[in-house]
Order: sequence, then structure tokens, then C-alpha cells
Amino acid sequence: MSNVVTEPPVVAPVEAPPAPRRPLTRLEPVVQAIVPVLLSILASGVLLAILGRDPFAFYGNILHNGLLTDFGVQQSIVRMATLLLLAGGLIVAFRANLWNIGGDGQWLLAAAFVAGIAPSVVGGLGMAVGLPLMIVIGAVVGAAWTIVPAVLKAYYGVNEIITTLMMNFVGIALANILVKGPFLTDKPGVPRTEILPLDQRLPMLGGSQIHAGIIVAVAMMLVIHVVMTRTPLGLRLRVLGSNHRAAVHLGLRPQRLTLIAFAASGALIGMSGAVSMLGDWGSFRADFNPAYGLLMVPVVFLARMNALATIAFVALFAVIQIGGDTATRLADLPTAFILVLVGLLLFFMTITEFHRVRRQRRLAVASRAPRSAGAEEVR
Amino acid sequence: MSNLLTEPVLTALVAGALLAMVPLMFAALGESISERAGVLNIGLEGMMLFGAYAGFNGALYIHSSWIGLLLGAFGGMLAALVMVVLCVWMRLDQIVVGVGLFLFAEGVTSLLHGAQFGDSYPRIDHVSEIEVPLLSKIPVLGESVFHQHPIVYVGIAAVFLVHWMLRRTSAGLNLRAAGETPSALDAAGVDVTRTRTLAVLACGALAGIGGAYLSIIAAGSFTPMMTQGVGFIGIVLAMLARGKVMWVIALSFLFGISLSISTALQLAGVNISTDVIQMLPYVTVIAVLLLFARRSYLPSALALPYFRGER
Repeated sequence: MSNVVTEPPVVAPVEAPPAPRRPLTRLEPVVQAIVPVLLSILASGVLLAILGRDPFAFYGNILHNGLLTDFGVQQSIVRMATLLLLAGGLIVAFRANLWNIGGDGQWLLAAAFVAGIAPSVVGGLGMAVGLPLMIVIGAVVGAAWTIVPAVLKAYYGVNEIITTLMMNFVGIALANILVKGPFLTDKPGVPRTEILPLDQRLPMLGGSQIHAGIIVAVAMMLVIHVVMTRTPLGLRLRVLGSNHRAAVHLGLRPQRLTLIAFAASGALIGMSGAVSMLGDWGSFRADFNPAYGLLMVPVVFLARMNALATIAFVALFAVIQIGGDTATRLADLPTAFILVLVGLLLFFMTITEFHRVRRQRRLAVASRAPRSAGAEEVR
Repeated sequence: MSNLLTEPVLTALVAGALLAMVPLMFAALGESISERAGVLNIGLEGMMLFGAYAGFNGALYIHSSWIGLLLGAFGGMLAALVMVVLCVWMRLDQIVVGVGLFLFAEGVTSLLHGAQFGDSYPRIDHVSEIEVPLLSKIPVLGESVFHQHPIVYVGIAAVFLVHWMLRRTSAGLNLRAAGETPSALDAAGVDVTRTRTLAVLACGALAGIGGAYLSIIAAGSFTPMMTQGVGFIGIVLAMLARGKVMWVIALSFLFGISLSISTALQLAGVNISTDVIQMLPYVTVIAVLLLFARRSYLPSALALPYFRGER
């Protein structure tokens, strides 16, 4: 195992045939993404069979209730809006090699804040001004919650995993304090914020149950894609992410870039919380925590941190989540079963990646045209 | 406020803090070992869940908390094996695999529990505590500190042992080298992969014991997702301890107090929201980091897979 790199060229054909490989390499990212999905579905199916459930009926139910019914597909699209913005926030940070693991705290704090003040703000200013303003406020709260980790990382080199994790716990607690304190309604029952009236929430699209959040989310993903791939800022962030030392030598300012990446990440995650409150929930209940933050990590990796690919994978994930709710109930399984699927997906994904890197190395050695399939590929 | 310092309140406080501290201590100790060897283990919580589930089953069917704890250690090691194969042997991204392991463990243990017990939550109620003779008669401390399951003392002893091992033995030196400059360790003829493998397995075993303590001794039953962030706090503690394992004891006690103080305060008739109290230790640590913003020390090869011949 330990001699993967130093492996001598065992087979060194004189003429490596590069031509027939062309179409394959173009398709490779797609294959690379679909193989682990299929493998995890297969493995989970075996697990289902062991547990005495019919895997075909189970997956059929997921598909049926998440995609093929009117209600299901609308629910999936609504869920997609929230998850997309969150995933976008992770992309921006991860691309800059900043591990923002505390997404849930940022999300919940923004959601609690928005849910708390939305009824009075939207009621007072009207929907046309109020709703966009609330989304901006969500973004500001989310971004504000990244300031401490960002400053500690940028200026003192304090590891961001530990600081975002700590801020995560503080954010969760603070969201609950807000909801049980200043934003509490006098209604009996679970402590919660004032409910935003249905006719003041994000408008529904064309008589469906899908709110306008999905437009915001897809638009933001396109913006992220363009910024990350077509602008100097995106290039700088990617340079910072792939090689910190190179970034310094290029004259980039890592500190400023770190602050920008963290703020953008938190802002997108905060927008996600705001959209979720303004669109689907309308009110924040105490101890509410759907924990989407960590769930989006595998999805973002599966999409190789590409914003466009992320849209496709988030769609798939939303269908699995919405359909899975019903499917697990029908099969009399805990909803956590979906987590098994996601966990397996992550493992298979990393393994597929491992084989790709190894094959590329072997090809590089074989064709005697050593490409740098080294550290960058593994990362 | 005068009834804050009464005996029952203090006893509840110290006893509760110890109860909350033990799983944290085991988890953070394991994470410290793994991090010193250069493997950042984000899946710590998953290892604890495996340990909690396996340990609970052991204690339930074999009627011994010791067997349960042992099985918990094996459960944790089983989860750690995933980390070993994917991150140490195949050198895949430690953070991605760690997150995957956590989600997977949450799912699998809930699933197994559901398949096994349905909606019922059987309890274990034959856990043996020991009373240290004479010492257990001391007011406050006697009732709390010297009236515990012996694994508490084993845990504290384990911290001292690891401390000694890291500082004074060649195995400890190898471990630290694997985290600082694995290439030097390799050049010295020591197998980096093997060193890291052992460190991650040890981490899994300790996390598993911590999880088993939660289910067997602290709660007396297994509930899905019962660790509720203890593993992640363990990661934070290990990083705060900066690889100096003696700090793990003090830090876990501090966080243990904060996790248990609300019960004691309620006994004293003081009502502060648990949210505020649970927030305090993090706020304190963040404030300290901001004020004395020293560079946090972490092993320089942390989270980097080791490829022979590179660099």
C-alpha cells in the first residue's frame, strides 16, 4: 500500500494510445459522480434486504413520493431552495480551503433572527421591500457569525475547524435564547416566534406550492459559478485554496481573501435560513435544528465543488430526503436510514476518487509524459 | 443565593460534572492521540455512537458493565477501522471521510436499534458503583467523587498513561513524529502507516469506551443519536489541549460542569436557561482566543495523508 507513488512503470508500452481515450475523459466526471451513487444505492439495498424489507419497493416509494406525485415534486423543489443556498455557502469556503464546519449555527441563527423580526418588518414595509430586506438581513447575520473564525484564521492562524465548531454550538444556543426570549410569542405550546401570515410569505410560483426561494437559490448558484470560474476573485480564492504559499508569492492578500470567503460563505448560509423561514416554515420553534449543514458536505464534494453540478446533486438529494420521509415510514424504518445512504455515498465517492487518481498516475507513467497528478488531485 | 453552597447542591454539581466529564475525557483523549499522529478524526462522534450501541448490547445481554465497556471499545475500533482503511491506507481526505463516518454511524445505529427494539428502550439497572472506603464518607466529595463506577478512575489513569507514553517512550516519540514530519519518521525506518493505524485504532477504542459509558452508565439505555455533540466537543477539547493530554482532564471537567450545572442550579432554586449555561464555555474559550490570540498549535502534518517520496 505504501508504495503507490514509487511504483515503477510495470507495463511501459512504447506507444500509449491517447486517441480513443478522448471521449472517455470528457465523460469521466459524470461517471465519477454516478458510480458512487449507484454503489451506495446498491449497498443500502442489500442492507434493506437483510433487514427484511423489499429494496425495490423502498426505492420505488422514494421516487414516487419525492418526484412523481405533484405534492412530492413541489416539496422536493421547496427543500432544494434551502439546500442549494447552503451548499453554495460551503462551496465558496471549501474552494478557498476553509473548512466552515459550523454551517448549522450560522443557518439557525439567521433563521431565528429572520423569523423573529419578519412579521413586524414585512407587515410594516410591505412584501416588495420587506421580503428582500429580510433575506439580506439573514445574509448579514450569517456572515456576522463567521467574523470571529475568519479573523482568528486570517490573522492568528487559529484552525477554523475548531472555531467554526465552537461558534456552531454558541449559534445554536443563541438561536434558542432569542426564540425563548425577545422573539417569544405569548401563544401557548412550544416556545416559538410569531407566525408570519401565509399571505406575507415568499410568493408561490404560478399557483403551485413552490415559493420564490428556488429562483433566488438557482440565481445565486449561477452567480457563484460565474464568480468562482470567470472572475479574478474566484481565481484568487481557488489559488488560496490550492496553495497558500503560492497565493502569498503571487502577491495575493490571504488575510483579506479569507475574510471575504468566510463572509460570503456565512451570507449564503444565512440566506438559506432566511428563505427557509420566509418560504416554508414561517416561524422558528425552540430547539429546531434540521442539521442540513453537515448533510450538504458530501453533496458538495460529490459535485467536486462545482456550483452547476451541485444543483443536480442537491436536486437528487432533495428527492431522496422528501421521498425518504415517506418511504422509511412505510417500511417501518427510522428516517435515519437516509443517513446510511449518505454516509455510504461519501465512502464510495472517496474510493472512486482514489481509483481515478491511481489510474491517472499509471497512465501518466505509462505514456511517459508525467503530468502532475500529485498533491492537487488528492486534495 | 445562600442556598447555592449547600451540600446537596454541591454534591449534585460535582457528581453531574463527573458524569458528563467522563465521555468527554475519553473522546478527547482518543482524539488527542489521533491528532498527534497526524490524523484529524472528524468522525469521533460516529465512533462514540458505535461504542454506545455495541456497549449497550453487551451490558444488556451479558449483564456486565465491564463487558459492555469492552465491547464499546471494540465497536469504536470497528468504526475506526473505516477511518484507517480509507484515510491511512488509501490516504483519502480525512475531513470528508470523517463527516461520512459520522452520518453513517448515526444512520446505522438508529437503524439497528430500530430493527432490534422497535420503539421500546430497554434499560440497564444493575451498574455496579464502588464506594471507596473511608473517602466516600467525606461530605460533598465523598458522595460525588468517591461514589462512581471505577471506569472513571481508569479513564483518569489512562490520561496519565498516555501523557507518560507520549513524553517518555519511543512509541510516543514515533507517534508525535508521524504527526509532525512523517517523512523523518519514514527515513528513520519506522512505518508511518503502521504508527498512524495504531493511533487511530486507539482513538476508536477510547471513543468507544466514552460512548459505552454514555449508554451503559450515564443513561442506562441506548437512544438513537444519543451522543448529541459530545464527540464534536471532544474534538474541540483535543484541539484546545494542543496535544498536551493532561489538559484534557481539566478541560473536560470544565465542560462537564457547564453541561451539568443547570440541574444543580435548579436544586438551589436558581433558574438560568440551559441555553445560556451551555454557551458559556465556548464563549469563554473564544474570548480567550481573541484576547490572547496566540497561534494555536497543531501538528504540522495534521490531516495530510503521507505519501512516501513526496516533498
